[in-house]
Amino acid sequence: MNNFLYKHRFLLSRRIVQIALLTIYFGGNMYGWTLLQGNLSSALIFGFIPLSDPFATLQMFFAGAAITTDILLGVLVVLFVYSVIGGRFFCSWVCPVNIITETAAWLRRKLNLTDKKKRVTFSRNIRYWVIVISLGLSFFFSLAAFEMISPIGIAFRGVVFGFGMGWLFLVAIFLFDLFSQSYGWCGHICPLGGFNTLIGRYSIVKVVHDSDKCVHALECFKVCPEVEILAKVGRESVPIGGACIKCGRCIEVCPSDAFEVSIVSMAGMASMAKG
Amino acid sequence: MDIPNSKERRDFLQKMMQGVGYGALGIIAWSSYLSQSQARNLTLRPPGALFEKDFVRTCIRCGMCVEACPFDILKLATISDQISIGTPYFTPRTEACRLCPDIPCASSCPTQALDLTSLIKENKLSIKSARMGLATINTQTCLAYLGLQCTMCVRACPYPDEAIFLHNERNTRTDMHAFLKPVVNPDFCTGCGMCEHACPTTVASITILPLAISKGDIGSHYVVGWKEGDESRIEDDSTDVTLEKTKRNEKSVIDNLDDVEGILKGLYDE
Ligand code: SF4
Ligand code: SF4
Ligand code: SF4
Ligand code: SF4
Ligand code: SF4
Repeated sequence: MNNFLYKHRFLLSRRIVQIALLTIYFGGNMYGWTLLQGNLSSALIFGFIPLSDPFATLQMFFAGAAITTDILLGVLVVLFVYSVIGGRFFCSWVCPVNIITETAAWLRRKLNLTDKKKRVTFSRNIRYWVIVISLGLSFFFSLAAFEMISPIGIAFRGVVFGFGMGWLFLVAIFLFDLFSQSYGWCGHICPLGGFNTLIGRYSIVKVVHDSDKCVHALECFKVCPEVEILAKVGRESVPIGGACIKCGRCIEVCPSDAFEVSIVSMAGMASMAKG
Repeated sequence: MDIPNSKERRDFLQKMMQGVGYGALGIIAWSSYLSQSQARNLTLRPPGALFEKDFVRTCIRCGMCVEACPFDILKLATISDQISIGTPYFTPRTEACRLCPDIPCASSCPTQALDLTSLIKENKLSIKSARMGLATINTQTCLAYLGLQCTMCVRACPYPDEAIFLHNERNTRTDMHAFLKPVVNPDFCTGCGMCEHACPTTVASITILPLAISKGDIGSHYVVGWKEGDESRIEDDSTDVTLEKTKRNEKSVIDNLDDVEGILKGLYDE
């Protein structure tokens, strides 16, 4: 049992953090707790540290909204955090949709739906196009376009303020990820994931692979939601790229402890950029 | 160009076209939803809200106003409401705004989509200057207009005799009673909805309409003579009138009016 806990230490901690955040925000609305108020678009910690989603703010800017200093400060705080620990840590430690897509991926593996030949594959670059389209549509419709359909917002607001029919959208994502494309939403389409990948590229904290320890068990390839970033695994000791969501699954499943979370020096970063 | 190369090229082009196809489908679906989520002038927003179009693009949908409202009257729109998703609104018939003097909702808004400065009078917060909408009375169903005793809306109003007052009128049907008709004064009505909430008719006979659709505007081409200075507004306007001659106005006005046959003919001709 303890072994199970140890083998899933990251997964369990992440779920605890994700659910705790939802609970704290929910309490903020329901019982007036002041620990965290608002939601993932914009929030206040302890009633005074502002947080704002940089991507939502950028869309608002394109929609022609006047951006207040409160929001800009919030964006700066978030950008600072992302540049230290990597933008996509949001995906695996905070985002509620991650729970849905990881569950779908797990079920997909259990049901053996991963046959290569019958698989439709989507390009991972779609998400960058979605960023561009989001900004274009924001401009045309004078609305933060992605925020209007964001399952992240729907899920989070749903839990904190009530769902309406929004849960249907979440079911659709679950089915898409289960039957069509593994990590279809989070790893291919979600523009927030793409955006956070871009701004977290040169973060200081990264998951680092040590190829000397690698025994080529390829377990990490089975669980990593962004497998392409493992291209150099087993051949070179490298920090894993910006798309890594810091989920720690590779660390958990590797039989020879070839992965670890570590602070990456400038030199390490340079070697990553080179390859 | 050799053959494998051209095949590669064709594959690449085909892939790209597929991408364009999916993209077009996605963008159309997305756009049609966006046009649904654009500004709707039928929504009642919390105090201090910007005009609907600006409101919808400025609100970051954080829900902090909803959390701040001590009476829980505000709701965040979900995908199934016909309101831009994630934005705050209220439904007076269910819960009306209590016009909190400290305006917690607008004070907590980080984006100024709820613009606190619009609620400041003489350096003090003044919820009285909120204009969320305008109370509008259906005189066919309002009990008071039917001649019954009601006055519920006037009693519920936080600014009775200012925002809504009773107008006495003789009831000629009975010749012995009076109508006590509620009348709303748009200069003072905040649109809080307390009246709508209180109205005892099955469907409220006094309803709050957002200002975007209920606010009249006299325009600049009418002069009200009894208002001081209004006349001077047009003093410098040019008095030259240019007329364009058409078939019907080539004769003088009097001749035209005398010419009944011509008028009738003209009417049939057009
Ligand atoms: S490299 Fe490891 S931590 Fe990063 S996404 Fe893949 S499995 Fe998760
Ligand atoms: S003024 Fe008070 S009751 Fe009205 S919406 Fe704001 S917080 Fe709620
Ligand atoms: S507090 Fe302001 S930005 Fe947040 S939901 Fe309310 S109106 Fe929108
Ligand atoms: S909405 Fe009704 S209750 Fe509120 S100020 Fe206007 S007349 Fe009075
Ligand atoms: S409460 Fe309703 S029925 Fe009564 S006077 Fe007012 S509008 Fe008329």
